[in-house]
Amino acid sequence: MFADWPLLSLVIWVPIFGGLLVLATGGDEKAPAARILALAVAILTFALSLPLWTGFQLGTAEMQFVERSAEPWIPAFNIYYHLGVDGIAMPLILLTTFSTVLVVIAGWEVIQTRVGQYMAAFLIMEGLMNGVFAAVDAALFYVFWEAMLIPMFIIIGIWGGPNRVYATLKFFLYTFFGSVFMLVALLYLYNVSGSFAIPDFHQMKLGMNAQILIFLAFLIAFAVKVPMWPVHTWLPDAHVEAPTGGSVILAAIMLKLGAYGFLRFSLPITPDASGALDWLMISLSLIAVVYIGFVALVQADMKKLIAYSSIAHMGFVTLGFFLAWRILDNSGDLRGAAMGIQGGLVQMISHGFISGALFLCVGVLYDRMHSRQIRDYGGVVNTMPVFAAFMVLFAMANSGLPGTSGFVGEFLVILSAFKADFWFAFLAATTLILGAAYSLWMVKRVIFGEVVNERVAKLQDITGREFLFLMLLAIAVIGLGVWPAPLLEVMDASVAHLLQQMMTSKL
Amino acid sequence: MSADDIKLIGIAIVLAPLVGAALAGLFGAYLGRKGSHWVTILGVAIAFGLSAVLFKAIVFDGAETFNGPVYTWLATEGIRFEVGFLIDRLTVMMMVVVTFVSLMVHIYTIGYMHDDPGYTRFFSYISLFTFSMLMLVMANNFMQLFFGWEAVGLVSYLLIGFWYKRPTAIYANLKAFLVNRVGDFGFLLGIAAVLMVFGSLDYATVFERAPAVVGQYFTILEGHEWEVLTVICLLLFVGAMGKSAQVPLHVWLPDSMEGPTPISALIHAATMVTAGIFMVARMSPLFELSETALSTVLVIGATTAFFMGLLGLVQNDIKRVIAYSTLSQLGYMTVALGVSAYAAGIFHLMTHAFFKALLFLGAGSVIVALHHEQDMRKMGGLYRYMPVTWITFLIGNLALIGTPGFAGFYSKDSIIEAVAESHIWGAGYAYLAVVAGVFVTALYSFRLYFLVFHGKERMDEHTRAHLHETPPVITVPLILLAIPSVVIGALYVGDMVFGNWFGSAIVVAEAHDVLGELAREFHGPLAMATHALSTLPFWLAVAGVATAWFLYLKRPDIPDRLARRLAWLYRLLTEKYYFDRFNEVVFAGGARAIGDFLWRLGDRLLIDGLVVNGSAKLVGFSAAVLRHLQTGYLYHYAFAMILGLLALLGYFVLWTPQG
Repeated sequence: MFADWPLLSLVIWVPIFGGLLVLATGGDEKAPAARILALAVAILTFALSLPLWTGFQLGTAEMQFVERSAEPWIPAFNIYYHLGVDGIAMPLILLTTFSTVLVVIAGWEVIQTRVGQYMAAFLIMEGLMNGVFAAVDAALFYVFWEAMLIPMFIIIGIWGGPNRVYATLKFFLYTFFGSVFMLVALLYLYNVSGSFAIPDFHQMKLGMNAQILIFLAFLIAFAVKVPMWPVHTWLPDAHVEAPTGGSVILAAIMLKLGAYGFLRFSLPITPDASGALDWLMISLSLIAVVYIGFVALVQADMKKLIAYSSIAHMGFVTLGFFLAWRILDNSGDLRGAAMGIQGGLVQMISHGFISGALFLCVGVLYDRMHSRQIRDYGGVVNTMPVFAAFMVLFAMANSGLPGTSGFVGEFLVILSAFKADFWFAFLAATTLILGAAYSLWMVKRVIFGEVVNERVAKLQDITGREFLFLMLLAIAVIGLGVWPAPLLEVMDASVAHLLQQMMTSKL
Repeated sequence: MSADDIKLIGIAIVLAPLVGAALAGLFGAYLGRKGSHWVTILGVAIAFGLSAVLFKAIVFDGAETFNGPVYTWLATEGIRFEVGFLIDRLTVMMMVVVTFVSLMVHIYTIGYMHDDPGYTRFFSYISLFTFSMLMLVMANNFMQLFFGWEAVGLVSYLLIGFWYKRPTAIYANLKAFLVNRVGDFGFLLGIAAVLMVFGSLDYATVFERAPAVVGQYFTILEGHEWEVLTVICLLLFVGAMGKSAQVPLHVWLPDSMEGPTPISALIHAATMVTAGIFMVARMSPLFELSETALSTVLVIGATTAFFMGLLGLVQNDIKRVIAYSTLSQLGYMTVALGVSAYAAGIFHLMTHAFFKALLFLGAGSVIVALHHEQDMRKMGGLYRYMPVTWITFLIGNLALIGTPGFAGFYSKDSIIEAVAESHIWGAGYAYLAVVAGVFVTALYSFRLYFLVFHGKERMDEHTRAHLHETPPVITVPLILLAIPSVVIGALYVGDMVFGNWFGSAIVVAEAHDVLGELAREFHGPLAMATHALSTLPFWLAVAGVATAWFLYLKRPDIPDRLARRLAWLYRLLTEKYYFDRFNEVVFAGGARAIGDFLWRLGDRLLIDGLVVNGSAKLVGFSAAVLRHLQTGYLYHYAFAMILGLLALLGYFVLWTPQG
């Protein structure tokens, strides 16, 4: 029945117009209406995104659910309203619509000021993020990409912590600085090809110098977003200041946009440059895994710790993407390269669940104690046993325990990295130790032990609402860990196609 | 029995304890204490009963080995990662041992944890453990093996930290998990190497292709070539060292005694810690192809067997003595693997599972009777009050020290004989270690025995007045475990060790087949026992018991004087060779220092301080400077224009090419 619905437009515009509607409910005296309306819009959008999964054609790398306006949107530059998803983008849209539902539930009672605006910001951002994943036209992509910054800027700036101004500025300037380079690259590509369609970019020939410059321009934009070492320092600050919902969306979706950019732009448009500079990407990724792993260990603030852990986990994503050339060099064939890319993709989805869950857990504690400092806690299990069970589960998932989603991506990437070089795998596998060390050491200090102070003694265990969102995430984390096959099936053809693009020289 | 039946039964065996764990864990509050223990005991009892059915089918009725998938976990590039079972003789033996000991521990727990507020949670955990361990032993591929491997690690973590209020318990469980992760780090790399070399993670495929890669090399460091199979085996063995607590990754096991005693019996003695032994035996088709790997295994095992036994001599906590004994016995098993006597290693694993579970549960019985007192200096003379515990404990001890006729004798003596027979590099050292280890084993075992059950009653008056035998839920499992501790050795040594009982499950190269050599001299269990009376190990064991009797019953003043006289040695032993101190300072401290350094210098000073905020300041500074140019005075602007005009004119005049 959904076959002829413009599903992609719906998942973009329903939340955006829904968000405007929520905004129109007015001041905080109408807060209950704003919440219910927001939840309804979020659930509706999630429901609308499900047919993308059920109706998805396996075995093809073609764009699906394609919508393309007959007339150009901006004729002067040959820009079209052109949407479509493949096996790489589709799961990310589902992740976005799922996460937004959680965020609306998570903000239900916690946010008491400007409720309508808060909810609206998240809904509008959801639509824009879906737009980024669905855009097939580069100009459209860029518009969504930049527009998305605004609601996040507002979310941190208004509902954020005491140091929010510094954090928002840093966040905005960092990412904006990156985006400018992407814009220049896109304009160059348009100039050469006369089109903004991404598939046209994929087809066109490019000289090596041009490729290198374009690759670097994209790299700056995407590396900031992922974030990769050394342009990662905005993330811990943004997370610490952001409200819980902001952190969840930031970690679960926004970081994925950078990684998605590598797959959609860098690798297929500049394959030769990507191959020539893979050493750079691999080095930065491994630095992220090891260096950031150590840094996470010494954090005193729970949110900072999880933020650093996010950076380390995203290192696996970029590592997996850029292994193909080394594998080819080392073993003479490409077996294992697709595994690395798929591992990176699974890691993206999994990290969305796990880091989202961990930020929600910290949010649950913060709402009660108004502190994120590890030293203010201890013995939480005594007063919040149900919460403690969730926290231990998610911490274990964060340290890559088999049977949880956290294992799948890391496992595939390490297997793939071994084919490229023993030492890549060796360094990547240190996450087994470091990841467990920082996650479980935090759990030890926060959750276990005797009750350390009066305030912990007075803690109330999670409410039904909190149980709901943690349970949904727990099911997602375990479900993906026990049976990842369906997710890989969806990606399979698109990844194979991408790999083929990467291996086809454009010189 | 058809393959489909075996598969269905296999699924039921795995799921029964998982369902029990889930019910007790999620709905413990509704089920109540009775409901929780019944549902989990039922789950494990089903698993045990069905394991016995499979054991009968495979061993007695000659059913085919089952090797097949249950479901596809994921597929990529044509490689299917599956969850599946390999059910052969090795598997069914492990399944029966695991589910039997687990069942005993479940029943025992009713008594031991009677007053604990975490009663239902405990049952949930040990059932979850049973599920994980079964997944581990029944796996037919490396991915699932790793799943089981880590899952038992998780449950071990949860159970060591079961009493989460105790600082020592939550320190110990973090330590256990991290040390195990160091092992898993190697193990995972080993699995990655297997996939790279063989293109598959299925045992059957890998074993089939293994002989073809002999003589292939990796370059890991420039200029150093490593044989592929050696690298794979060594990496896998690092995993075994973590799980089976071999030096230097043994440090977590003594501390794991912070957990409740039933799990010390189940997890940290009988089953989980033997996973490494099982794994290496399972991988015998690979290890057989690398003598370097075998020698490494042998030397590490021998070192663990002897030196960890010594530490048992100076401990005063009853459970820690048994823990060091476990380390030492795991060393014996590892030694067996190193000399390719896999069957002997697995046989010792089995007998050890029974008598060590018995010893731990016996110790638990003592601990309960003394109101959770674990210090042996406050025990003594208990044989008067606790006859069942006393006799069963004595049986366990006799089995442990290798008294001819008892289960431990047959397995341990086979290992010692196998080492004597072996010519692999390191066998000489290993022989010394395992023979000397016999004396040490007898000494620490009977030191414990005399201190606890005989001699002066050193507990306080109040405790003594209330001393009595523990209830049947505790003593019945002791009796049920004491039976195999006596008879199982004599019953099975002929078949399992010398009779090629495991069939195709264990592969031994012609040149390493020490058990095959020994089999020719084997004339039944009785002859083996009588022959032993004239051998060195037997008299060393007797000497050990006699020394213990002299030092701890006859002249209890001597040990203290010895400790003072040999203060440096005593200190070395009580400090556990300084492994813990070293790890604490170098690894834990080092990691924190590195993290702190990178964070302060890298992130905050260089990246944020210099580059990010630096550029912001630079922009601010430039703006401040440039601001002065915009003064608003017309003559300033006019002056600037003239300067610019002059500069341009100069440029054209001077640099324009002539012509």
